[in-house]
Amino acid sequence: MKSYLPVDFIVERDESKCIRCKVCVNQCTYETHNYDAQDDVIRSKDENCVNCQRCVTMCPTHALSIKKNLGPFRDNANWSSEVIKDIKKQAETGGVLLTGMGADKPYLTYWERLLLNASQVTNPSIDPLREPMEIRTYLGAKPDALEIEFEDGDIDLKTKLAPQLILETPIMFSAMSYGAISLNVHESLARAAMRAGTYFNTGEGGLDSRLYKYGERAIVQVASGRFGVHSSYLNAGAAIEIKIGQGAKPGIGGHLPGEKVTEDIARTRMIPVGTDALSPAPQHDIYSIEDLRQLIYALKEATNYSKPVSVKIAAVHNVAAIASGIVRAGADIIALDGVRGSTGAAPKVIRDNVGIPIELAIASVDQRLRDEGIRNKASIVAAGGFRSSGDIVKAIALGADAVYVATAALIALGCTVCQKCYTGKCPWGIATSDPWISKRVNPEIGAERLVNLLRGWSMEIKEIMGGMGINAIESLRGNRLHLRGVNMTDTELKILGVKMAGE
Amino acid sequence: MIAKEIILAKLDSRFLPHVTFNDQICQVNAEGLHYRDLNSLLRTLDSHGVEKVELHSVCGQRYIGTDLKTGMAIEIYGTPGNDLAAFMNGPYITVYGNAQDCVANTMNEGKVVVHGRAGDITCYGMRGGKVFIRDDIGARAGIHMKEYMDKKPYLVVGGTAMDFLGEYMAGGVLLVLGLNLKGDEPHKARFVGTGMHAGVIYVRGNVAHMGKEVKMVDVEKSDMLTIEGLVREFCGYFKTDFEEILSKKFMKIVPYSHRPYGRIYAY
Repeated sequence: MKSYLPVDFIVERDESKCIRCKVCVNQCTYETHNYDAQDDVIRSKDENCVNCQRCVTMCPTHALSIKKNLGPFRDNANWSSEVIKDIKKQAETGGVLLTGMGADKPYLTYWERLLLNASQVTNPSIDPLREPMEIRTYLGAKPDALEIEFEDGDIDLKTKLAPQLILETPIMFSAMSYGAISLNVHESLARAAMRAGTYFNTGEGGLDSRLYKYGERAIVQVASGRFGVHSSYLNAGAAIEIKIGQGAKPGIGGHLPGEKVTEDIARTRMIPVGTDALSPAPQHDIYSIEDLRQLIYALKEATNYSKPVSVKIAAVHNVAAIASGIVRAGADIIALDGVRGSTGAAPKVIRDNVGIPIELAIASVDQRLRDEGIRNKASIVAAGGFRSSGDIVKAIALGADAVYVATAALIALGCTVCQKCYTGKCPWGIATSDPWISKRVNPEIGAERLVNLLRGWSMEIKEIMGGMGINAIESLRGNRLHLRGVNMTDTELKILGVKMAGE
Repeated sequence: MIAKEIILAKLDSRFLPHVTFNDQICQVNAEGLHYRDLNSLLRTLDSHGVEKVELHSVCGQRYIGTDLKTGMAIEIYGTPGNDLAAFMNGPYITVYGNAQDCVANTMNEGKVVVHGRAGDITCYGMRGGKVFIRDDIGARAGIHMKEYMDKKPYLVVGGTAMDFLGEYMAGGVLLVLGLNLKGDEPHKARFVGTGMHAGVIYVRGNVAHMGKEVKMVDVEKSDMLTIEGLVREFCGYFKTDFEEILSKKFMKIVPYSHRPYGRIYAY
């Protein structure tokens, strides 16, 4: 069938600068560039280009640039080029449109409409460069009360505390499975988590045996497919997370296509090479809160109650009631993933239409758990498109204990958010299982970049807290008086639990 | 040899009325014990080298067999609760009674023999070891069962199964004997093998309805070797007649493809 699809991008090469070094030819995994030895010229197939900027970045003479193909369709607010191209693509293949990363539309983001407070005159701000600023965060169930015994001047804590995760900064790396991302990326995240005193999440594809040494900083995930789940995996991690849903694709399962299941990935997932790895959305042992409790306690029994158990859900319409059930089911941590959450592969129609913004989910879940007097029984971890320390501070002020970041971590490693993760050919060596392309991420350099990002954001969080006159993150959590809203309706302000700016 | 005095001395005093030793066998009266206490007791016995435990008056206690480090033999009298042998890694459990839901959930190694029936989602995500159920099993048995290299799970059912048998199955062997079916009566399970993409289901007799991802074919000689081995083991546990079981025709259900959903996306 003749394709009616126009090219998305146009490669422009400055012939006066190109030295025919062929770096672009070797770097492009989509085979956009080809060297013609006869004419001594490099030609580019625009239709293959995904605008990942790998060749542009690597070109030693800056001879390349990528332009968006602005034509050929006439401007139309309803029938945009993207809509027209999507329809043509489906007419030619009869398939579901697949995409990668988080929603790319100007979705209702509330971070820009929430503003932070600072001290002026009536209470002093704190200079974090000179004064201690506590951002260490403990995740896990907290007791209802503390029983303390005084004996001969000694203080003894009688209450038995539930197991906790200890974060030196309230930022963790979200679940990304080995298979969706390369081993080198997993290792970069693991090393960075070790050094920064935070945690990475294995995702649902198991943990490669070579990374067990980072287990003390791993949250090991259990999803419907149970890939690579066995007692040593459960006991290797610092916590266990049951994956119910994901913000990019609520109600939809995961599906690692057979061609990505290489020998290493097959060994970790414990499935034969080349077979599809199917993680359907329903976990058929969980049809109710009682069933969820059964799995939570199965995992607690399997690890002798030594690790916190987290339950991750996508933020959907009744998120507050669901969260209340999850806490009552015995979860120590509840992870909420908002509509802008990212993914390695999801049907575009699901990613762009299902779920609710994380800001509203944090506020409504925190409020519900407080109203029911069970907020101390579980920590809240928020996920779904955190782009800066500002977003993170606002999330904590709304009621989150900590956040998960994934897209920002991948950007630190080289990702340019080209949204083609599902092809498995990531030219930056991130979303791929190809051993040759994977080498483009060096775990040591990757870890350094990630640690730098966490360091920068942590310092900014301390700066913001200092400005508010707060010296411990505990005092910021759920402290919505430090937030004000702009451009919002009364209902939005009510759900977020914040006052209008100027009030 | 186990030193029972040492073990008894190590036990929490609340367990003492529940525990007696008969030679090398530890007998536990599970009546009134919460699952958390019962499993904690089993962990202690396991760590002190007790090789055989009898659990009497078991009534709904969950997760029995989870988090034990050795190949301890556990005999259960009564009805164990959900998630029997969940994530189990070695023990050999015999149940004299019925089992409930989620038997052998994500089990890695070991054996479960049930002298009775089992409930729904038996052997969810199981990847190693063997499970033998004398009578019927519930819905979605063998769901997500998978194998990798020398790790291969087996589930043998004496009676028949309910709907969605072997759903999403990605490896291992299911054998359903249908000993309680009369004459040519087929197994009533519908959607057998839905989403299945590896492994094999053997059935004695016919199946009423299958998922679209699988086909039914005749068994070959190598299949019969597997079937005979499993049936012989089954007969050993439940004192059934080997020849009589083998006298009826076996069929084999296998997936069309290892990639059932390879062509659903518009790249």
